[in-house]
Amino acid sequence: MKNINLQGKKTTRHGFGEALVELGEKHDNVVVFGGDITGSVMTSFFQKKFPERFFSIGIAEQNATTIATGMALSGKIAFFSSYSAFAAFRNADQLRVSVCYNNANVKIGGGHSGITVGPDGATHQSLEEVSFLRALPNMTVVVPCDYNEAKKATIAIGEMYGPAYIRFGRSSVPLFTTDETPFTLGKAEVFREGADVAIVACGLMVWPALLAAEELKKNLGIEARVINNHTIKPIDGETLTKAAVECGCIVTAEEHQVYGGLGSAVAEVVVKNAPVPMEFVGMKDRFGTSGEPEELLEKFDLNWQAIYASTLKVIERKNNGNCEYRPLTDIPKYEK
Amino acid sequence: MFNEIDCNMNSNLQFSKVQFPNEKRVATGYAPIALEIRRDIVKMLTLAKSGHTGGPMGLADFMAVLYFGKFMKYSANEPQMPDRDRFVLSGGHLVPVLYSCLARAGFFEPDELSTLRKFGSRLQGHPGLDTELPGLETSSGSLGQGISIAVGMAMADKLVDHNDRKVFCLTGDGELEEGAVWEAAMAAANFKLDNLCWIVDNNDCQIDGRVRDVMSIYPLAEKFEAFGCNVIEIDGHNFEQIVNALDKFEQNNKNKSGKPTVIILKTFMGQGVSFMQDKYSWHGIPPTEEQAEMALQELK
Ligand SMILES: [Mg+2]
Repeated sequence: MKNINLQGKKTTRHGFGEALVELGEKHDNVVVFGGDITGSVMTSFFQKKFPERFFSIGIAEQNATTIATGMALSGKIAFFSSYSAFAAFRNADQLRVSVCYNNANVKIGGGHSGITVGPDGATHQSLEEVSFLRALPNMTVVVPCDYNEAKKATIAIGEMYGPAYIRFGRSSVPLFTTDETPFTLGKAEVFREGADVAIVACGLMVWPALLAAEELKKNLGIEARVINNHTIKPIDGETLTKAAVECGCIVTAEEHQVYGGLGSAVAEVVVKNAPVPMEFVGMKDRFGTSGEPEELLEKFDLNWQAIYASTLKVIERKNNGNCEYRPLTDIPKYEK
Repeated sequence: MFNEIDCNMNSNLQFSKVQFPNEKRVATGYAPIALEIRRDIVKMLTLAKSGHTGGPMGLADFMAVLYFGKFMKYSANEPQMPDRDRFVLSGGHLVPVLYSCLARAGFFEPDELSTLRKFGSRLQGHPGLDTELPGLETSSGSLGQGISIAVGMAMADKLVDHNDRKVFCLTGDGELEEGAVWEAAMAAANFKLDNLCWIVDNNDCQIDGRVRDVMSIYPLAEKFEAFGCNVIEIDGHNFEQIVNALDKFEQNNKNKSGKPTVIILKTFMGQGVSFMQDKYSWHGIPPTEEQAEMALQELK
């Protein structure tokens, strides 16, 4: 993949906040709702530019979500953003019945997501919401990997019809995609070619996945395919099935519980279409704790070293045939 | 679609063909319309063999005025008419009274009322927008959400689109035990939504008993006043009082009072049928065919 070079660090929330302003300039029916932490999730940019289309609802996520639904049912593109620990849990029933059952054009921006919110501790470290949200009919779920992709993803969900969730974080993370890097909602991108193993990652785990692939190549001559699976729902079954067939084993990596997130979504596709051994890098069914993002990522095995180790494990399983894998001559057609 | 549904019905439970389209509105007076709505509710619930009878019966009088008076602007021929006023049913279980109003207003044929809660019906047990039933504005069924949707709609009208559409929203009284409704009340007052008319069906009944016994929501008018609402408390079975209350809302809206209106309807669950009246046991059950016959005898 061209254009994958480290350009420094930047937050994904910046991408979200800036994209909202772009959307607001392009579409006069974009409205944004704040839940008191508008500076943190950077909806304050939109508020400053379009005060007449910004509404502060206070600390009331259920109300904000449902008011956004009423706006959406009045022809608006309604964004509500807060920390994902609250914007995708406190309002769970509202998301299910008001937003999704009405198929309302409501977009949820989940900020300060994952373990890397850091010192705030476990209450604020949202590590489960993807699992809940992707189970909701009509909902689109996207987890961008860096600032540029967060910007593109925000614009993409703003310009599609229907409920959508975008996840972004608090801390600065590697910026490695550019304006030219392809991004299509629902389409996983192969960021590095390889056929010994596929590493499927989303969010801030995409960069460590690339690092792990370089180490595997350098140390062992292993060619890992790295797939940026930013859209968890609808999942890109074709790219994943192709990866399963051509690589014969898969490691998933996400800053989320392993139950129900990206790994589960990939496994659902793989098991049905081309079963191969899989390993899962993610939070292992536990709560986080206070600490700096780097300390926490290391403590909970959410780094390139963890991906590297899982990759070796899954390749061993593939080669030893304890989960028998026979390469197929023809790629089976992906079935939903 | 509903033709495919087998409605093997007893002749007592057939629906009249009468409709009250716009041009006929009010001419008949409200009583015959409310009577027709109550007869519909009894028949629908009996045929459905499950559902909520008591609440919808208590709302027939108010809904007759709202849908067939001069207060709500809509067109059965053009359900998506851009400048229509909107009715949001927050208490989704009360939907039989809405289905009856929509049928009698001409959004669909009254015969379709016989499909309530049946497989393949547009008349879901709790309303679903995915059925594309004409006249339906929202899905609802999980209590305490519709009122926030109504707040969002009223904000869109007043603060973004700057039009003069109105939003009516009906909640139950047990529903007010859901904390989120008070978030909606706070927002309605905060955004000065004088284009919002919130109707509370205060029958003091919910499934488990009297609202005051299950979890008291009282004092009610004082609560809404404290939130900054324009509160009107009336007898929900008195047409004159209902008309006056809706007139006051219109004035409140026209004068740009900056206050949302809350109409507290004092109603009786099961109003109109002696053995149902004010009995919370009728909240969540349908009549048997024998009970339906007795009820329809009274509703003449
Ligand atoms: Mg009640």
